[in-house]
Amino acid sequence: MFAAFFHRAVLQAISLLFGCTGEILTEKSGNLNLGIPGIMYVGGISGVIGGFLYENSLESKDDANWFLAIFIPLICCLIGSLIMGLIYCFLTTTLRANQNVTGLALTTFGVGIGKYFGGVLIKLVHADVPSVTVSTTSNFYKASLPIAQDLGWFGEMFFGYGFLAYTAIIIAVIAAVFLKRTRPGLNLRAVGENPATADAAGISVTKYKYLATCIGSMIAGMGGLYYVMNNASGVWSNNGLDNIGWLAIALVIFTVWKPNFAILGAFLFGALSIAPYYLSLYEIVDINLRTKPFFDMLPYIVTVIVLIFNSLRKKRETQPPEALGLSYFREDR
Amino acid sequence: MQEVPAIRFENITKAFGTKVVANKNVTMDIQKGEIMALLGENGSGKTTLMNMLSGIYRQDEGQIYINGEEVQITSPKDAYDLGIGMIHQHFKLVDVFTAIENIAMGMDKKETGSNKDITEKVQEICDKYGFDVDPKKKVYNMTVSEKQTLEIVKTLYRGANMLILDEPTAVLTPQETDKLFAVMRNMKADGKSIIIITHKLNEVLAISDRVAILRKGEYIDTVLTAEASVQSLTDMMVGEKVELDIDRPEVEAKEKRIGVSHLTCLDKYGVKALDDVTFDAYGGEILGIAGISGSGQKQLLEAIAGLQRCEKGSSIVYYDNSNNVETEMVGMTVSEIKKMGVSLAFVPEDRLGMGLVGSMGMSDNMMLRSYKKGHSPFTDRKGPRDLALRVKDELEVLTPNVTTPVRKLSGGNVQKVLVGREIASEPTVMMAAYAVRGLDINTSYTIYRLLNEQKKKGVAVIYVGEDLDVLLALCDRIAVLCGGKLNGIVDGRTATKEEVGLMMTHLNEEKQEVQANG
Amino acid sequence: MDKAKTKSAREPLFHIVKRTDIPFWKAWIIRICAVLAALVVCGIIIVLLTGKNPFEMYKFMWDGSFKTERKFWKMIQDLAMLLCIALAVTPAFKMRFWNIGAEGQVLIGGLGAAICMKLLGDDGAQLSNELLLPITILTAVVFGAVWGVIPSIFKANWNTNETLFTLMMNYIAIQIIAYFTFIWSSGSNTVGKLNAQSHAGWLQLPKEIDKSGYLLNILIVVGLTVLMFLYLRYSKQGYEISVVGESVNTARYIGINVKKVVIRTMLISGALCGIAGLLLVAGTDQSITAETAGGRGYTAIMVSWLAKFNPFYMILTAFIVVFLQRGADELQTQTDRIINADFADILIAIIIFFIIGCEFFINYSIKFRSHKKKEVEA
Repeated sequence: MFAAFFHRAVLQAISLLFGCTGEILTEKSGNLNLGIPGIMYVGGISGVIGGFLYENSLESKDDANWFLAIFIPLICCLIGSLIMGLIYCFLTTTLRANQNVTGLALTTFGVGIGKYFGGVLIKLVHADVPSVTVSTTSNFYKASLPIAQDLGWFGEMFFGYGFLAYTAIIIAVIAAVFLKRTRPGLNLRAVGENPATADAAGISVTKYKYLATCIGSMIAGMGGLYYVMNNASGVWSNNGLDNIGWLAIALVIFTVWKPNFAILGAFLFGALSIAPYYLSLYEIVDINLRTKPFFDMLPYIVTVIVLIFNSLRKKRETQPPEALGLSYFREDR
Repeated sequence: MQEVPAIRFENITKAFGTKVVANKNVTMDIQKGEIMALLGENGSGKTTLMNMLSGIYRQDEGQIYINGEEVQITSPKDAYDLGIGMIHQHFKLVDVFTAIENIAMGMDKKETGSNKDITEKVQEICDKYGFDVDPKKKVYNMTVSEKQTLEIVKTLYRGANMLILDEPTAVLTPQETDKLFAVMRNMKADGKSIIIITHKLNEVLAISDRVAILRKGEYIDTVLTAEASVQSLTDMMVGEKVELDIDRPEVEAKEKRIGVSHLTCLDKYGVKALDDVTFDAYGGEILGIAGISGSGQKQLLEAIAGLQRCEKGSSIVYYDNSNNVETEMVGMTVSEIKKMGVSLAFVPEDRLGMGLVGSMGMSDNMMLRSYKKGHSPFTDRKGPRDLALRVKDELEVLTPNVTTPVRKLSGGNVQKVLVGREIASEPTVMMAAYAVRGLDINTSYTIYRLLNEQKKKGVAVIYVGEDLDVLLALCDRIAVLCGGKLNGIVDGRTATKEEVGLMMTHLNEEKQEVQANG
Repeated sequence: MDKAKTKSAREPLFHIVKRTDIPFWKAWIIRICAVLAALVVCGIIIVLLTGKNPFEMYKFMWDGSFKTERKFWKMIQDLAMLLCIALAVTPAFKMRFWNIGAEGQVLIGGLGAAICMKLLGDDGAQLSNELLLPITILTAVVFGAVWGVIPSIFKANWNTNETLFTLMMNYIAIQIIAYFTFIWSSGSNTVGKLNAQSHAGWLQLPKEIDKSGYLLNILIVVGLTVLMFLYLRYSKQGYEISVVGESVNTARYIGINVKKVVIRTMLISGALCGIAGLLLVAGTDQSITAETAGGRGYTAIMVSWLAKFNPFYMILTAFIVVFLQRGADELQTQTDRIINADFADILIAIIIFFIIGCEFFINYSIKFRSHKKKEVEA
């Protein structure tokens, strides 16, 4: 029972973890990217389009090659989210536009793209239900190691996930080590703390901002892909991603800008979002259409509480990067 | 035959926007192994010129030569690669990093090796020139002098053989300044070229070999220090004869206006910024506050102004002698203090960030003090406008219009707007923090004159300053802060600079030890 | 050293400098060029997707707003609603309080109105319209204000991040609406017209005066626009908002109670969102769903920002947005659904990208390097 709960919680957590790690990297460069929900949409729909085109190019679904089925959606997703990151960076870093407004516009843009192309695909398949499914590709994404079944609860808890879940955790760990231990990580933090200082020390502020934001975007975009392929089993239904994007941004504050904490934080959020349904199985709580809205609002209420709790902390090391949200111009006096 | 200069500027021009020309056709040389003082008033373009050398700015026209070769310096990295290092007035350090991290950032690991290798090499540099750096200390825990040392070590670590120091002594005590100068002489002996930007003439005479003078962005001349005097340099710097003495008129009738006792305040991280401070301020005198920066000056003024929370036991009493009323001001807000009829004028250190709203014009800034008057829900716009026009006339504020955002005015004019507004409220207590920082000589003297006028009117003036020469010339008494504690009050007429300098860094009991030892 | 030497041959082509001032007309030419450029890009995208003549497509988009009287009124109504919410978020944004929660505040305000219409209307107390309307209006305003003020209390006291707080409040609001939709619809998940028989609590002028049913909404929003302009520009409170927005330190220094201003401003902002909710529920739809605000809470922020918080400029920026939305709706029918309503979001975002991007050319100028000296040497 606990193993099943753990398993479900991890499934819920991975999208958040991708989004959170991506946003931490971005924010460490001083860019507050509120476009994450849009990026996740684009990441998701790009992957779906890739998967859709690949599946339609096959004679029969059985011909699907595992490498191509994984590789094509993944590369589409990465390119899509990279473009989103580039748009954001070009506007805020090169043209020094306001980061909040750019981020919000990017979310509008990304959600629009996701829903629009989702709509086009749905129209193409002439489906009765308003959704499009890439189940063949999705199965490759969801495939777990065969030993998972052999190891019982242990296997379910630790080996029962698609490869993207492990990728998310590995990326978070690498990001943590990168930020804490490496020289480029130090440089990146310097850019986010005080770009003028970093610049004077010979660090290319523009280069670091672009790299961190674009890589961060691609990581967040993979969160969108994971959601469609693994959580939604390849069904694109034009919603469900924006709240994950916003929660991921909130999670960044909760984890005090540390990717290693993000692993734990995302898991807690994942656990929280499914806990009521597990409790209802034991008839501890009663979930019906009447009470469902209140359980659905729990993650948001918890996020609010977390935000409040965080604002009460005043320690120097838990503060956001000093120059977060500000654009940098070298010749500013 | 003349030696090839280490640095040569040729016809350098740099403008900000269409109106401000910071440098115009500057041509000058710096030799190897010399200390060159770059002298000029605030706003004369010294820092801008050096920023072009260090890659922060890009010149509009002109060339820079290093060791006789033309170079393109497009970024600070280029400057480092050429061996140019600049210690900026506002230190370029990341607060949450340690000393070593600040040195390591921006450098290739292949060049520097691990943090341990860096620490070793830093220690070498420290030993060679006589520095002291704690490698693991976070910058936000450092004193100003420690930060400056770190900055210098950082540039030396990067192999700079041309150093630029932008107003390095502004934040140092006389003793720390002497130490810095000793280090500079060491570096010079090592063959490094050093440019020191300053407007303190006695320091120019003490440390430099030659002096280059800029005025209003233009290069005036370079003279040998040995042949210069304070008066001759000032005349070149300002372009006209200047009276250098600061007035200190005597006021006979002094009355107690503010009594501060046992004042204790915390800073935003909960550390004591002021510790049990007790003193009185009198109408008809200027009370100077001396101390190295960050010794609690800010909190002291803000506590009196009602902006700073005071700890239990603190008391700030306002004496209204004409009505024989004593008011306890601790615990009151700014508007409550104002309602009690206490007229406080406060010229804060951060002029555009606190005293004024940068994006508003003079007129709207005048409104800051008066907008609440009257019962109408709408603001009176005519009164502030008239006041703005009056201040503009009386203090000769250079602005195209009273609606031009004050952010666009020069530093001196911004300060005139602020001081003008504060004086217009006919205060009984006037506080000014670093009131002449960044101002040219003429505006500085205007400010001194205005403060003295207030003093003659019987206003209690509290003046926080950093230049000890000015404090000693202007103030009747000087209260010296040291690490948040009041270390004594001296008479401005009899005290010496060294005495005050020592009080700034050593609490009384320690001072006796120092004297006993030395 | 070597690296820099090799560089010395290459002079940078240009460098960027800050502009101190630019003539008013020049700035506007830049902005208009940006909008035109954005329209060209949008046109290219439309062509790529549909393969049809872009001018024809823009003509269809124009029809979406102006073809018939009904479409025109619908456009004006949409414009009024978007403008109303943009007005509501403006005081907060001018104070640099990032209120992304307008969506939720509108929904909760609308919920307040719906509750009154439900409980005191046909199915409930059956109050007369003279009594019901004031109560409905008041409830909507109070609901919106309360929803808006909660994050501001935390912001004022503990500096809690308001961007995410207000955003989470949106999702909470949506769930609350979902709950009420469920209990009112008895399972079908649509509420249907409230008080369909008596029209009790409907915020509309009589049909003889106003055929479209939108006129009252529009007039109210026109009034609000003027009031908001006067409030921000000439009132003492408006002045305080500007000072707090520009510099909290200055505000403290002159004795403005910053906490009070933050909370008061969010009360106003929330209350106006409440009015918007009222106009949408009682004035437009006479019903409520989680889509009542329809994302206007987010678009309004951009409308307000692009207009530099000037209520009169907002009419123009809101028009651009609504025009595109109506246009995309029209294209949907004209292009066999290859273009759909979601496409409007893409167009709006592209135009916003261009407008916020063009500010760069207003604030900075690019200086190309003159090569005078090189020629002399040669």
